[in-house]
Amino acid sequence: MTTNPHPLAIEATGLRRSYGDTVVLDGIDLAVPRGSIFALLGPNGSGKTTMVRILSTLIAAGGGTARVAGRDVAAEPDAVRAAIGVTGQSAAMDGLLTGRENLILMADLYRLGRAEGRRRADALLERFGLAEAGGRTVATYSGGMGRRLDLAMTLVGQPEIIFLDEPTTGLDPRSRRTLWQIIRDLVADGVTIFLTTQYLEEADQLADRIAVLDGGRLVAEGTAAELKRLVPGGHVLLRFAGPAELDAAARALGAERSLHEIRRDDEALTLQVPGTGTRSLRAVLDALERAGTEAAELSVHTPDLDDVFLALTETTGTTGTTGTAGTARNGSGKAAAR
Amino acid sequence: MTALGRSMTDSATMTRRNLRHALRYPAMSLATMGTPIILLLLFVGVFGGALGAGVGTGDYIDYIAPGIVLMGVASGCMVTSVSVCVDMTEGIVARFRTMPISRNSLLTGHLLGSVIQTLISTALVVVAAVALGFRPDASPLEWLAVAGLLTALAFALTWVAVGMGLSSKTPESASNTPMLIQFLPFLGSAVVPPDSMPAGVRWFAEYQPFTAMNETLRGLLTGTPIGNDAAISLAWCAALGLAGYLWSKLLFRRELTP
Repeated sequence: MTTNPHPLAIEATGLRRSYGDTVVLDGIDLAVPRGSIFALLGPNGSGKTTMVRILSTLIAAGGGTARVAGRDVAAEPDAVRAAIGVTGQSAAMDGLLTGRENLILMADLYRLGRAEGRRRADALLERFGLAEAGGRTVATYSGGMGRRLDLAMTLVGQPEIIFLDEPTTGLDPRSRRTLWQIIRDLVADGVTIFLTTQYLEEADQLADRIAVLDGGRLVAEGTAAELKRLVPGGHVLLRFAGPAELDAAARALGAERSLHEIRRDDEALTLQVPGTGTRSLRAVLDALERAGTEAAELSVHTPDLDDVFLALTETTGTTGTTGTAGTARNGSGKAAAR
Repeated sequence: MTALGRSMTDSATMTRRNLRHALRYPAMSLATMGTPIILLLLFVGVFGGALGAGVGTGDYIDYIAPGIVLMGVASGCMVTSVSVCVDMTEGIVARFRTMPISRNSLLTGHLLGSVIQTLISTALVVVAAVALGFRPDASPLEWLAVAGLLTALAFALTWVAVGMGLSSKTPESASNTPMLIQFLPFLGSAVVPPDSMPAGVRWFAEYQPFTAMNETLRGLLTGTPIGNDAAISLAWCAALGLAGYLWSKLLFRRELTP
């Protein structure tokens, strides 16, 4: 085809899907420009995989439309398939074949011809650090090697759009970083990446735009910076040695006019005071001084995507109420623990 | 490339994949060959004397060998259900489905790979039977007819096995169901003539597909009368093959649109 490339790699309008009575996707709209990394972020069971399955022509949508590489996924699935590569959550390799044979199998299915197929297989093995392991059956591969081969198989057909469904789940930090670098290199070559993940760090590191999926709806969309602005600023976290100190400090801080919305956790013996500026920090220290008590530990916590994620996805059912971020009790505790 | 050419290239690729599996892990193929050969040893070497006296026509091995050959075909085909089921439960099929390839090539690859393997293992079963004393008197033309019948049966049973593999949730259950078919020749005229069986069993034995095939095969190999059993056998092959094919196609399509 010699038509102008469609400016959007992926475009979904009012996408719906249910399994029986369970609504998994409840009207999703999104647009992914060519050559960008788009991250779909969401907790387990939020519908991320269903989204990938619809966009990659594996299942049909219950309603709405989706275009991938400018083609309608329902009307022209083969045209879409020719443009995409998919690396799903479960290993999509032939465990009985060697790594190299798996790549050549892909090359044969893309009808690349014997010589070109072999050349591409060897180049990919080299590029993904699997040259040595290429002659071994995939069943013997470690998790990280498997993921790399899986992605290499996806690349044999030189897709312009790649779907990665939780590509680094279960990988050790080093393997994860290796994979991140591979993904960045792909985008540098002009490939569009649609990524799902439950790791905020991953979305933060890689994605140009992030959409947060919860309960089948997009509850937020934007750049990492835009999303971080959705939750009110950071906080100072104080941890106390015992309940008595906690009580005294809570009273003292509660009396401060400038410090409002203090959150108290009796179990963890912590107080969370909103604000991370020097002024509020000074107010906290002054109040503690006046009360004659002492915090065993003090940390300044700037907002990260964890806060956004937890705030936005905590109360399933009442989605979209970003103003309730302040009530994400468990969330902040978990975020601070990182 | 035309749709047909595409489909043929993809099917050839999938068949190569299937045969490569068999070459790399020959244990399963050997086991499918081993069962009929062991049963042949058992029936000829252990029960042969008593059974031969009951059957009463010359050498007992000449009576039972055709049935053992049929069993070889049946067990060879039935392995397919396991490999199909393993494929469907693994992620690779999801990958195939997101690729611009012929949809049916996966099943065609299983089918052709299995038929090729089955014909090879069946030929070896025949060789083993001859080595143990089986003396067929078939002419070259009759041998050709034997090969044709066994090939038709292999295609038919493999389609049924593909359907069984697609309908099984786990590879374990996929390996259990086909056992019934594998031993079905015994509930026919393979070991003893149905005349000697109790009424209910005899009725089943006379009308079940393997009996007609067994009689046809025995006729071709050892010169016993065939009658209309040849036509009945081919009709059974066509019916089983068509049913297995349609069933598989239905299950595979359902698998595609969960």
